[in-house]
Amino acid sequence: MTAEATYDTVGTELPALVCEPISRTTLALFAGASGDHNPIHVDLDVARSAGLEDVFAHGMLSLAYLSRLVTRWAPQDRLRSLSARFVAITPVHARPTCTGRITAVENGVATVALAVTLDDGTVTLTGTATIGLA
Amino acid sequence: MAIDREAALALELPPLEAEVERGALRFFARATGEERPEYVDVAAARAAGFRDLPVPPTYYFSLELQAADPFAFLTDLEVDLRRVLHGEQWFEYAGQACAGDRLTLHSRVVDVVTKRAGMELLTKHTSVTDPSGALVSRLGSVLVIRGES
Repeated sequence: MTAEATYDTVGTELPALVCEPISRTTLALFAGASGDHNPIHVDLDVARSAGLEDVFAHGMLSLAYLSRLVTRWAPQDRLRSLSARFVAITPVHARPTCTGRITAVENGVATVALAVTLDDGTVTLTGTATIGLA
Repeated sequence: MAIDREAALALELPPLEAEVERGALRFFARATGEERPEYVDVAAARAAGFRDLPVPPTYYFSLELQAADPFAFLTDLEVDLRRVLHGEQWFEYAGQACAGDRLTLHSRVVDVVTKRAGMELLTKHTSVTDPSGALVSRLGSVLVIRGES
């Protein structure tokens, strides 16, 4: 895949990254591994006390998936920036799919528009990466 | 309750000394579905040109959370953590940190704005530097604090 990657053509789509459905175990592991121990993501009692029906995934878990999408396409040392807006909650059991598309190439830097979408079509995250061209 | 904006902007958040640990990076890789060898195996990382296991792009955010109580500044501002959502996050990269590195993080609340229905947006910026003082990464978070319903 790397050999075929083209970094400099507007409209090029990155190969999509389809993740596993997010289980409660995924959330427990990510809470520990990421250091984000906010109980709203792992403790049903706390989620309910805040008026929610259930816990929901950390936004940073989806952004970590998205960074995998980018760095398996372009080496990490080319990544100049990564940004995201968390626009919808990711429920437990949802399956995120990460996508990206080159929207601009200027001054040796490619801009990639990024998104994370669930199977029901909900867009949970929109973002941008900038990648230096070799 | 509304955040005291002046108090938020004046907060002196203590610098954080964070050590990047191989085991912690492997745990993060496992928790995020990252199976490529350069992110979990030191020899593979070196073969890929890294000094040691590389810090993946979003892990700088996790370094911030190594503080003893990373949400203390929100508690100090009387924010109910159950009402906090992560609204936006960005990273800029100036270098590449690896396992074994000792990094220093400086954070500051740079803005608090009130939106509709008492919703507030708090923006925090953090710089990550290596022991020589060279910038490794800058990151920014926008936290959304939902109003009382």
